[in-house]
Amino acid sequence: MVEQALKLKQAETLPDAGGHFGVFGGRFVSETLMPALEELDEAWRFYLKDPDFLAELDRDLAHFVGRPSPLYLAENLTRQVGGARIVLKREDLNHTGAHKVNNTVGQGLLARAMGKRRVIAETGAGQHGVASATIAARLGMECVVYMGAEDVRRQSINVYRMKLLGAKVVAVESGSRTLKDALNEAMRDWVTNVDDTFYILGTVAGPHPYPAMVRDFNAVVGREARAQMLTEYGRLPDALVACVGGGSNAIGLFHPFIEDTDVAMYGVEAAGRGLSGLEHAASLCAGRVGVLHGSRTYLLDDDSGQIRHTHSVSAGLDYPGVGPEHAWLKDSGRARYVGISDAEAMKAFHALTRNEGIMPALESAHAIAYGLKLAAELPKDQIVLVNLSGRGDKDINTVAEVEGIEF
Amino acid sequence: MNRIDRRFAELKRAGRVALVPYVTAGHPQPQSTVAVLHSAVGAGADLVELGMPFSDVMADGPVIQNAHERALAQGTGLQQVLDMVREFRRQDADTPVILMGYANPIERRGAARFAAEAAEAGVDGLLIVDCPADEADELKEQLQAQGIHQIFLVAPTTTERRLDHAARLAGGFVYYVSIKGVTGAASLDVDALAPMIEKVRGHIDLPVAVGFGIREPAQAAAVAAVADAVVIGSALVDRLDRCDSTEEAVAVTRDFLAPVRDAMDNSVPIQAEQTVRTT
Ligand SMILES: Cc1ncc(COP(=O)(O)O)c(C=O)c1O
Repeated sequence: MVEQALKLKQAETLPDAGGHFGVFGGRFVSETLMPALEELDEAWRFYLKDPDFLAELDRDLAHFVGRPSPLYLAENLTRQVGGARIVLKREDLNHTGAHKVNNTVGQGLLARAMGKRRVIAETGAGQHGVASATIAARLGMECVVYMGAEDVRRQSINVYRMKLLGAKVVAVESGSRTLKDALNEAMRDWVTNVDDTFYILGTVAGPHPYPAMVRDFNAVVGREARAQMLTEYGRLPDALVACVGGGSNAIGLFHPFIEDTDVAMYGVEAAGRGLSGLEHAASLCAGRVGVLHGSRTYLLDDDSGQIRHTHSVSAGLDYPGVGPEHAWLKDSGRARYVGISDAEAMKAFHALTRNEGIMPALESAHAIAYGLKLAAELPKDQIVLVNLSGRGDKDINTVAEVEGIEF
Repeated sequence: MNRIDRRFAELKRAGRVALVPYVTAGHPQPQSTVAVLHSAVGAGADLVELGMPFSDVMADGPVIQNAHERALAQGTGLQQVLDMVREFRRQDADTPVILMGYANPIERRGAARFAAEAAEAGVDGLLIVDCPADEADELKEQLQAQGIHQIFLVAPTTTERRLDHAARLAGGFVYYVSIKGVTGAASLDVDALAPMIEKVRGHIDLPVAVGFGIREPAQAAAVAAVADAVVIGSALVDRLDRCDSTEEAVAVTRDFLAPVRDAMDNSVPIQAEQTVRTT
């Protein structure tokens, strides 16, 4: 118990200077990228303590993003489930429709403070691309978004949104033509153009300092939720639930609660067509430790160490790795990771839409699905707090396609 | 003695600069790789670098990325790469072989097992592109136990502190990346090279190889005037990509490397104003 408390105390100070969360994380990148990462690390450490920078960030989060996002008690679903109360953290109400903007506003301001004129980003579902294009438009910066060709097809509406915002969208044709390949391509751009270019990475994966920096920019979710729980419910929740792609919305919610050991944490991965096969994207539930995209973490690969193609109905969870801090939280036992299938997520999508009038992103629908399961097992006096990381407008075409509806 | 050390000692005595071609194992066809390596040595290569195919080659440009994808599609994994080295060794006991690749396939095999198998196959050096000195301690131990050198990349931007760190772990030679960017980018600035190489030599007491962005004989010759080894990758891989047979790949390798060797051996050290630019 004491040891556990010590370990969790340590969590507050993780990662170490090299970006390690225990054995995870680090900086597994080519030497050519190192100076860029060191420059970024230094800038981030500096501005994280700079009162002017933080004041501007707060102002933008309030007036541009629309924070704080409310907590919402899902009374209808709570009644139907008949167990613990289900409370949603409404990141779907943010400007651009997801938690991703918390991070892009932060990194955008950092890019400007560092004197960079051009920003680049990778995107899967397109949410992070849209959020990056949005902050670039607002700050008057050139923006290039790398997106797997397969995702360009799946998320055509977001591609058009990015173009309207003035971003150039580059369809990446290599590898599996999805998020992981877009990330490779963005890294290549960054090494080549590092003098004037800032790489806005969209999740808590990648080489240090990204996992820590993106966490810090998204931790506003957990800080707000914790304070809102105390004022509105007079107590902390009994469990937190969030979906995990790379893990940014989950870590954003979890991090401020890490030392609250009575609060259980559940990260929900995409179990796709089932964890027993190969068509899923659940690196923590079904993967093993390796090195991908600059950090040591859990990932999905074959026996010769090649990164596998993954599957999820939601493009934002369709990623073969996961942020190293989640790997650490898993191994330390502080958080638990579970899988939700495509079918379960689709069911939850409809359940929330029809019963509460809230259409969730398919990523978030995974968290909703597990939240409903968990609430059903818990007594009525408990509270399950689910991160509703984004709204579902972007997914309408996918939902229609899955259900065989043609417009 | 490791073959790399022996080879650089010989070259030094002969006053020659090493030519080091890079090819991706299994590209353009798995059956052509060993023949291509022999052809390279026949055309004057002193060391050979063999790429271990990986699905996510973050530090490589489109040419080498494509080579990795084609090699993987034809089933070339770590096991096949080691088999190729073993086969190469049957006819060539002297030319050092350096494997170049990414961390995850080695992580999956386990560092100790990989090091033992690589040594047994006849590997002399290992360059893991995404494993900088900061993360290399564990692997280093396993490689050292098997007499394999760990080769590190250094860049124009590598700080003195990082050079010193690499110096503590590096063996064989150090690989100076001559451009900012991925492999195959065309922007080698030969003028800037000499002072940078001097800086590297000030920290690391090993031969310095220069690579990334060298694609023609004149450039190779210019680089040879200041470095201990010239690495040519993308330009060769690009030509191999168009080969449909082993015979063709062997001929293309020879025809491309022989003039490079020739230019390196017969050039007078260049003057500062004779800058060579890529097209
Ligand atoms: C709404 C939403 N939730 C979750 C994710 C998954 O990312 P992460 O795990 O970093 O929160 C995405 C990614 O695109 C998203 O758009």
